[in-house]
Amino acid sequence: MKRVVILGAGTGGTMVANKLVHELDEREWEIVIVDRDETHYYQPGLLFIPFGIYSPRDIEKPKRDFIPRGINLILSDIEMIEPEKNRVVLSKDKQTLSYDYLVIATGTHIQPSETDGLMDGGGWRKNIFDFYTPDGAADLAGFLKYWKGGRMVVNVAEMPIKCPVAPLEFLFLADWYFHQKGIRDKVEIVYATPLDGAFTKPRAASILGSMLEKKGINLETNFNIGQVDNKKQAIKSWDDREIPYDLLVTVPTNMGAEVIARSGLGDDLNYVPIDKHTLQSNKYENIWVIGDAGNTPTSKAGSVAHFMLDVLLDNMLRHMEGLEPLAEFDGHANCFIESGFDQGILIDFNYDVEPLPGKYPLPGLGPFSLLKESPANHWGKMMFRWVYWNVLLKGGDMPFESQMTMAGKWQ
Amino acid sequence: MTQDILDNVEFDAEGFMVKASDWTKEIGEAIAEALEVELTDRHWHVIDFARTDFEESGEPPTLRRITKQTDVDMKEIYQLFPDGPAKLAANIAGLKKPTGCI
Repeated sequence: MKRVVILGAGTGGTMVANKLVHELDEREWEIVIVDRDETHYYQPGLLFIPFGIYSPRDIEKPKRDFIPRGINLILSDIEMIEPEKNRVVLSKDKQTLSYDYLVIATGTHIQPSETDGLMDGGGWRKNIFDFYTPDGAADLAGFLKYWKGGRMVVNVAEMPIKCPVAPLEFLFLADWYFHQKGIRDKVEIVYATPLDGAFTKPRAASILGSMLEKKGINLETNFNIGQVDNKKQAIKSWDDREIPYDLLVTVPTNMGAEVIARSGLGDDLNYVPIDKHTLQSNKYENIWVIGDAGNTPTSKAGSVAHFMLDVLLDNMLRHMEGLEPLAEFDGHANCFIESGFDQGILIDFNYDVEPLPGKYPLPGLGPFSLLKESPANHWGKMMFRWVYWNVLLKGGDMPFESQMTMAGKWQ
Repeated sequence: MTQDILDNVEFDAEGFMVKASDWTKEIGEAIAEALEVELTDRHWHVIDFARTDFEESGEPPTLRRITKQTDVDMKEIYQLFPDGPAKLAANIAGLKKPTGCI
């Protein structure tokens, strides 16, 4: 028997498992998927928890429900990947799993300990919160519920981060939330980012930047955080700028899984270097990487993992047949950006084409406005939770092409 | 003199060199002069690292990468290249704008 081992049963790993099970002959191949956590979180839903729109229960389901019959799910930490020996050592019972093919889908995680004073200064989860973990988002909801107002600073510590539009969505929703509560005039909102604008790509940055301005949100650019002073309640940048806060909402440094670093497979942020078009490891031809775990210069987001899926599968199957991989992944990403007051924005882009305005054609549902607020984009976003659980994770057909199309976009 | 050198170099809309392979030390010095950065050995240490790293990876190094892979720490790099060190270093080294990904 030959074996494919998938590390990580999040969005990417689960999708690969569901597709792969139909492609491989079960008499020849065994598929094993490993994850340390039994709960699958619908991560786009984390954003809504601080504002009481979702509770943690609304975004969790057992991982097991999404792993198809015939695939062995092992719940365990991964101690080591040993690519030279084609095997993985698990923490549970020190079990060793040899593989013919390895799919790494271990994702990216926040590392607040990378910033001085963020976690260890006394304010963590008191008036400093993240919203990238279920605990952090729920604690922040508890704080916001009774907050009377003050200065809220939202800070991105370092790029890249998972879902680069999430901080903007958080700001837009916070503006809406404080309006609803009737305390918007008592809250000052500041967005401190290491980028030189509201977003990385020029056209989108200027449109999103002017939305921040319209909503009265102050933008502090090129802010590279060096330290959190918990006593003074201020964040300090390496170039000696200081921003005081009453409430600090942080998007901490993101890093790949520690096992990637331990196994010597990662770059400076523990991301696995891969060919950005074929998704194959640069170093080991039987290792393939999906989603946030790799170093592809595109967004770290579920939509990207989805667009990678078919390319990765085709290429791995080609490799099994002794064929060269095809360089097909174009960096395609698209996301609904929740902008508050039941409005949303859609952006669609890839390695070479920045988000552009226009219309996004979608048979049966669309078109959706691109780079422009509309209620339909908000519905799209809210509907997506159902699509995620019922179609996307199960590897079902989505009405999106893997490669980006220019149809409907204005240049 | 400086302007003569820069006149023959192609820059993008944000002032980064279009072709990293066209870069020479003289061009680097001219860009630095135009940006009012006075280059010392420590600056060159960072610029040389950025060039070598770019040749291997195809991407200009991030701030994290520079401070982890060289003996220049965060404090020093902000003294050497104030106002966005990763961008400024890439600019002088003739590399494209560091994206910090997206």
